[in-house]
Amino acid sequence: MDKSGYYGQFGGAFIPETLNATLWQLNTAFAEVKEDSSFWTEYETLMSTYSCRPTPLTYAENLSSHFGGPRFYIKREDLNHTGAHKLNNVMGQGLLVQRMGKNRVIAETGAGQHGVATATMAAKLGYSCTIYMGEVDVARQRPNVFWMQQLGATVVPVKDGARILKDAINEALRDWSTNMDTTHYVLGTACGPHPYPEMVSYFQSIIGMEARNQILSQAGRLPKRIYACVGGGSNALGVFSGFLEDSSVELVGVEAGGEGLETNKHASRLAYGHGSVGVAQGYKTYFLQDEDGQMLETHSVAAGLDYIGVSPILAAYHEEKKIRFEAATDKEVLEATRLVMRMEGIIPALESAHALAGAFREAPQMNADDVIVINLSGRGDKDIFTIADALGDATWKSFIATKAEEYSA
Amino acid sequence: MLEDYIWRKKKERDILIMAHMVVGYPSIEESLDLVRTIVAAGVDLMELQIPFSEPIADGPVILKANQTTLSSGLRVDDCFRFAHQVTNEFDIPFLFMTYYNIVFKRGEERFFAEAREAGIRGAIVPDIPPEEGESYMAAATANGIDPIFVLAPTSSPQRFDYLGRFGSGFFYCVARRGVTGAETHFSVELDEFLQRCRKATQLPLALGFGVSSKEEIEFLRGKAEIAVVGSQALRVLNSDGIGAVGSLFRSLR
Ligand SMILES: Cc1ncc(COP(=O)(O)O)c(C=O)c1O
Repeated sequence: MDKSGYYGQFGGAFIPETLNATLWQLNTAFAEVKEDSSFWTEYETLMSTYSCRPTPLTYAENLSSHFGGPRFYIKREDLNHTGAHKLNNVMGQGLLVQRMGKNRVIAETGAGQHGVATATMAAKLGYSCTIYMGEVDVARQRPNVFWMQQLGATVVPVKDGARILKDAINEALRDWSTNMDTTHYVLGTACGPHPYPEMVSYFQSIIGMEARNQILSQAGRLPKRIYACVGGGSNALGVFSGFLEDSSVELVGVEAGGEGLETNKHASRLAYGHGSVGVAQGYKTYFLQDEDGQMLETHSVAAGLDYIGVSPILAAYHEEKKIRFEAATDKEVLEATRLVMRMEGIIPALESAHALAGAFREAPQMNADDVIVINLSGRGDKDIFTIADALGDATWKSFIATKAEEYSA
Repeated sequence: MLEDYIWRKKKERDILIMAHMVVGYPSIEESLDLVRTIVAAGVDLMELQIPFSEPIADGPVILKANQTTLSSGLRVDDCFRFAHQVTNEFDIPFLFMTYYNIVFKRGEERFFAEAREAGIRGAIVPDIPPEEGESYMAAATANGIDPIFVLAPTSSPQRFDYLGRFGSGFFYCVARRGVTGAETHFSVELDEFLQRCRKATQLPLALGFGVSSKEEIEFLRGKAEIAVVGSQALRVLNSDGIGAVGSLFRSLR
């Protein structure tokens, strides 16, 4: 029997029969572009003209001296168009949609970054677009909802289940199985049925290719460690993929520790050892689930990391001990956010700030001249409400109150 | 095995009806009552859905029922106990319908051994295609339980050939794209799909997704052996209660 898309025991394609045909079509289209060297050139050209790839690698001098080393280098995916690494995957899939001749795209979104990226791609390439987003996330990432709508997308708030990212994925799968003839599902992370984990990592590998060249030319050597936040795992796989062959480089994935291990209010599937192997949303990996196999509620201050599963590719690297997994708590993340804003003038997405928090925690154990790379997966503008609340900013509150009065007047 | 039962029953009536229900919905007691009512209304087979938190092949009606039962605290153990009870009490075949994670987490071998003890005859698990299901099929078959697979209108001819090699009991043919609960057009296209299914397998065919009326069951006579009624029964249950579900099934004959 033909089982494809496995990474160790993880991955596969556990999907209702109806979707088999469209996944087959996607597999074929993706296999063709992988063989076609002109495709990657077309992709890189698009990303360097429509977005600003290569994104810079910034030496964070103030942070480095604040901690007395290591030397922090920050890969600036926040400067990618639409403000996160998500566009890398989305534009790649957008070009595939052209080849498959479909005219509608759908996507799930948690933080709204993948939704905004998909709505942007749809506007640019001329597709109609529907975005599924859990109701809880609609409320906490409202600025991105506004932009998706302005870009012409229909945003459907998902009111079932826990009303977060996983529920948006379920709803997107249901739409896809209904409208597959015209519609491509732009999955936003390296999860889901084969070929998504491989395909999303493939497009995100542009981060790692650039980062490797940049660190070699700027620091003159490979980094000791690389940190990336891990929701589904796409930005982490993107940056790590450039260094998988370099045995001297330690790869560290930072999950959402939420309110901490003992509270059970977190989204750490690997680092806290709370995940167990299961099959859902089309693939086999570590999930946060109960003994019966029902998925648990997760929690994170960062909507984009608030997810039950993790890329099957990362699950395999975790078992092989090729990647180390840690978790950062909401509290650590907010402290890291504040620090990098003040010291480097960079506003990180709360998701990305997990990678910073992971690195800051380990900085004291490193040498002054060690070099580390942090993948800053996105910018924090979208988190203005959450960050303002967390910091308890009084002037922001009174501004919102005044604004609300204006609207209700 | 289910196949023999189906062909035997087919001699008595020209189309069989399989009812679907979510175990523990709206409560364990009421769902027991529901089984009683549906069996008394003369259905031939029954699917007991073990709720799952991520039911990707189900539309809003069944999805809500899954969530309601889970938030009432229903456990998989309760579903096995329930199965035990109804298979003891009623003389029609019962099947489990669920998602693969429920089977996987319990362990395939244990799941099917316990299902056999509970008197279950078949399993419909929409997210386990044969490619992924080698050990799943083996565990089911070893315990005398028929693993039912799905044929869909979107499947290519090659795929039909491939799928035709697997499964036992019957094939579950989904009438259209999408998930449970939406409307289906009982059209020439559906006719053609069922003809394709017929060519792919010697096993009986069950047609599900969107079957809700006597006219639709008329349409299926001679084209499928079993008509599956799922979301419609649940809708009637939600709006008019258990007694009305009994009337629905009686009206389908
Ligand atoms: C800025 C940002 N970083 C990270 C993530 C997490 O996704 P992944 O783990 O696939 O990179 C998200 C998801 O929404 C995001 O918006």
